[in-house]
Amino acid sequence: MSGGVPSYVRLANEIAAQFAHRPPAEAATAIANHMNAVWDPRMKQALIAHAASGATDLDPAAALAAQQLQARA
Amino acid sequence: MSLLKEPDFGTPARAGAATIELTVDGVPVKVPPGTSVMRAAKEAGVDVPKLCATDNLEAFGSCRLCVVEIDGVKGTPASCTTPCRDGMVVRTQNERLGKLRRDVMELYISDHPLDCLTCSANGDCELQDMAGVTGLREVRYGSGVEAGANHMDLPTDTSNPYFDFEASKCIACSRCVRACDEVQGTLALTIEGRGFDSKVAAGAGVSFFESDCVSCGACVQACPTATLQEKSVVELGMPTRTVLTTCAYCGVGCSFKAELRGDELVRMVPYKNGGANEGHSCVKGRFAFGYASHPDRVLEPMVRNTLSEPWRKVSWDEAISFTARRLREIQTAHGQGSIGAITSSRTTNEEVYAVQKMVRAVFGNNNVDTCARVCHSPTGYGLKQTFGESAGTQDFRSVDSSDVILVIGSNPTDAHPVFASRMKQRIRAGAQLIVIDPRRIDLVRSPHIEAAYHLELAPGTNVAIINALAHVVVTEGLVDREFVASRCEDFETWETFIAQPEHSPEAVSEISGVPAEKIRQAARLYATGGNAAIYYGLGVTEHSQGSTMVMGMANLAMATGNIGRAGVGVNPMRGQNNVQGSCDMGSFPHELPGYRHVSNEDVRDIYEKLWGTPILNEPGLRIPNMFDAAIEGSFKALFVQGEDIAQSDPNTQHVFAALGALELLVVQDLFVNETAKFAHVLLPGTSFLEKDGTFTNAERRINRVRPIMAPRTGKQEWEIICEIAQAMGYPMHYDSAAQIMDEIAMTTPTFMGVSFGKLDELGSIQWPCNVEHPAGTPIMHEDEFTRGKGRFMETVYVPTSERSTRKFPLILTTGRILSQYNVGAQTRRTANVAWHAEDVLEIHPHDAEVRGITDGDTVALSSRVGRTELRATISDRMPVGVCYTTFHHPVSGANVVTTENSDWATNCPEYKVTAVQVDLIPEPLADESAREPVVAGGNR
Repeated sequence: MSGGVPSYVRLANEIAAQFAHRPPAEAATAIANHMNAVWDPRMKQALIAHAASGATDLDPAAALAAQQLQARA
Repeated sequence: MSLLKEPDFGTPARAGAATIELTVDGVPVKVPPGTSVMRAAKEAGVDVPKLCATDNLEAFGSCRLCVVEIDGVKGTPASCTTPCRDGMVVRTQNERLGKLRRDVMELYISDHPLDCLTCSANGDCELQDMAGVTGLREVRYGSGVEAGANHMDLPTDTSNPYFDFEASKCIACSRCVRACDEVQGTLALTIEGRGFDSKVAAGAGVSFFESDCVSCGACVQACPTATLQEKSVVELGMPTRTVLTTCAYCGVGCSFKAELRGDELVRMVPYKNGGANEGHSCVKGRFAFGYASHPDRVLEPMVRNTLSEPWRKVSWDEAISFTARRLREIQTAHGQGSIGAITSSRTTNEEVYAVQKMVRAVFGNNNVDTCARVCHSPTGYGLKQTFGESAGTQDFRSVDSSDVILVIGSNPTDAHPVFASRMKQRIRAGAQLIVIDPRRIDLVRSPHIEAAYHLELAPGTNVAIINALAHVVVTEGLVDREFVASRCEDFETWETFIAQPEHSPEAVSEISGVPAEKIRQAARLYATGGNAAIYYGLGVTEHSQGSTMVMGMANLAMATGNIGRAGVGVNPMRGQNNVQGSCDMGSFPHELPGYRHVSNEDVRDIYEKLWGTPILNEPGLRIPNMFDAAIEGSFKALFVQGEDIAQSDPNTQHVFAALGALELLVVQDLFVNETAKFAHVLLPGTSFLEKDGTFTNAERRINRVRPIMAPRTGKQEWEIICEIAQAMGYPMHYDSAAQIMDEIAMTTPTFMGVSFGKLDELGSIQWPCNVEHPAGTPIMHEDEFTRGKGRFMETVYVPTSERSTRKFPLILTTGRILSQYNVGAQTRRTANVAWHAEDVLEIHPHDAEVRGITDGDTVALSSRVGRTELRATISDRMPVGVCYTTFHHPVSGANVVTTENSDWATNCPEYKVTAVQVDLIPEPLADESAREPVVAGGNR
């Protein structure tokens, strides 16, 4: 963690920034695909739970990606 | 067979077909055009006497020992400087030539000490050999004082830690001077004076140590007498046997002859036929091997229950059963995923393979990562996405065919010196150089080298710059349309993206600080200058957009058709000797050996059948994730193989917290390193002189590492892994390292044809080695990319969140220095500390002046996560606002100030951009221990 932001949130937002030029749904899929490829399950679970809690510190595309991850689980 | 005396052909080989036919002493021989008579004679089996000639240097023609007679040619020309002509008839031996040579030898010997029996070069002296070969029986002029004026009173320069310069034995053949020029490219040596006063000098009136000499050893190797001699040979005597092995330092992976007397290593001599180095070396590989026998080596296992207890030396059995028991206990208490391991790029492929197998088959998870996470993981990601293979595209030899060399975020003369020498040779021969780096590295301007363009960009703006270069290529009609159409995909989308005005040099100039016209000119040169090659280092990868930048470079290379042949390509300069290999071996938590994803059922099936156990289909934790999980509480035990993560990984506070939270930390290392301070088990490791296995260098070259002695610890490291696995209930056994490589070859398509036997036969192999390429693949993607079509990727520039602020107004970037290696665990335990006894902070004169800092002052370096103290060196190598340091010494602990920021795709730390403040500490601290780094929120 850094400054109270869980690292998976920071990482998710950083990934989202790379896909910000794409349409939201397409970006979310790319983000979710990337997370599926390289993230440990506990990180994905934490992100899913964080997004589901209504957190406001997630990039919208990252939040959408978390939903996609949950749907695929 | 001893390799001590390698054949010396006198002059370098010439390329091309052997079309010139001649006879030498009646023996017919065919050679390529340009070949010297001396070399042709050697190829015909005829040794021509010589002193100033050796086959890694161009002919000089000064000693006159190699004179020959040639039909139809007047006089007795020197065979070294005479090129062969078709139909030539050459005689190398007759009475006339013999007399000429004896006369020459007489003159040499009249001014040379006759202490052969006690000379350090006795048995390895070409002057001595030539006296014998020429049949010298008397010296009519006498010797020494009786011969008149002489050089025998010249003093010996012992200033270099590793070799002496005994000037009285110099025959002024200039081999050392030419080696420094032609092989190393430093031009530190010269011949001072004229005529009889001619003598070798290292600069103007300074000692070797004070000179520009980089101690690569090329001069020592070139010297035909005892004039330049290793101190170890002076001290111990001539070696009597040789073992061919591979250097354990950087990713160049030089081949060396370890020369020994019995089991005592006397010297390391670069191997002329080494595929990576072709007979050259640097100060680390050539001389800095003393750490292997340093008294700090840990040779017995040690255990402790808690960090407050002292270490207890135990038997191997106890250490292994303790480790296995604790690992299983922790898994029982906290779950299968609560333990993991980190592999090392300083260990062999076989050792790495064993660790990742232990994790996957015995731990039952994929929590294995490698130290490449913190250096070149973006290379793996970026090149896989674009080319389909996580590796550099070329062999080192390729640079000889380059017309334009683009060096980005790499400092080859310090970090990869042997390859840098090769690169400099090519630049001096006419290739154009472009350097993209915030710091003015030596390559930008050094003797006979000057970069055509140095793009001195602001740290963190790599992607903006690479996009601007590509923008120029696309908008100025410089795309290789034929290559792109036939070899690539997704070009049109990328072309539209990159042509947008935000990527123009004019727009990027405002971000990067590089003038737009300079960007345009550099882009034009890269695209139109002929074969253009990219070489890059951690200045590319260790950024928040490291992976994006790698893809950006791949885009640029594809757009200009600079892929798939000699002289071009995209080439990562790997930091440690086995970075490529440790990645190849399945060290990443999401990939099995050969970069195949764990979700791939077919691949898992191969290992599940062979190993008899299921493999998880989800990625495990990466190193930073392990640290986070340890602090959060779900990760409890870590096995660290040969890495010092407490010193090398960023944000020391975070790393310390993570290591301190573990219930079990097992460290396998040569020394009680910084990480071991948090460990419960210390398993002594083997040095490269004891290892049996392979390293894979930056050009995918698999080289054998052969033991010159039995493990001083009693066990090979892979044996220890097998024993831990067995103690955890899994039957893991190999008879030898060769058997592990056989398993790697059996399960990994790119290694299919590799075996120790084949490596012994071929010398080295560059993977892929398979049915199509049984001898390996020096250059990749020649006809098609590994993934079929090369894929263009959109590379959006996203500025790093690490910005300079009022509180932290400077940007710190980190790097390496020639004499030290990584965290310094090895090189700090050698005489290399003579060159770099401490890390220093390079700071621009302007930034220093406004802070009242002068050269040598002690300064405080602080960032938002920590603070440390270093001595300042005033330097204008960096632009105003940027400072620089190295991370070789734990006392200064540069990573105390680096942050948790990382590459978005791979979590590779952003070492190269940290906002810092530098403050003068008025009185230097007398007590060194008081300089211990401090992390925010507490002192370690």
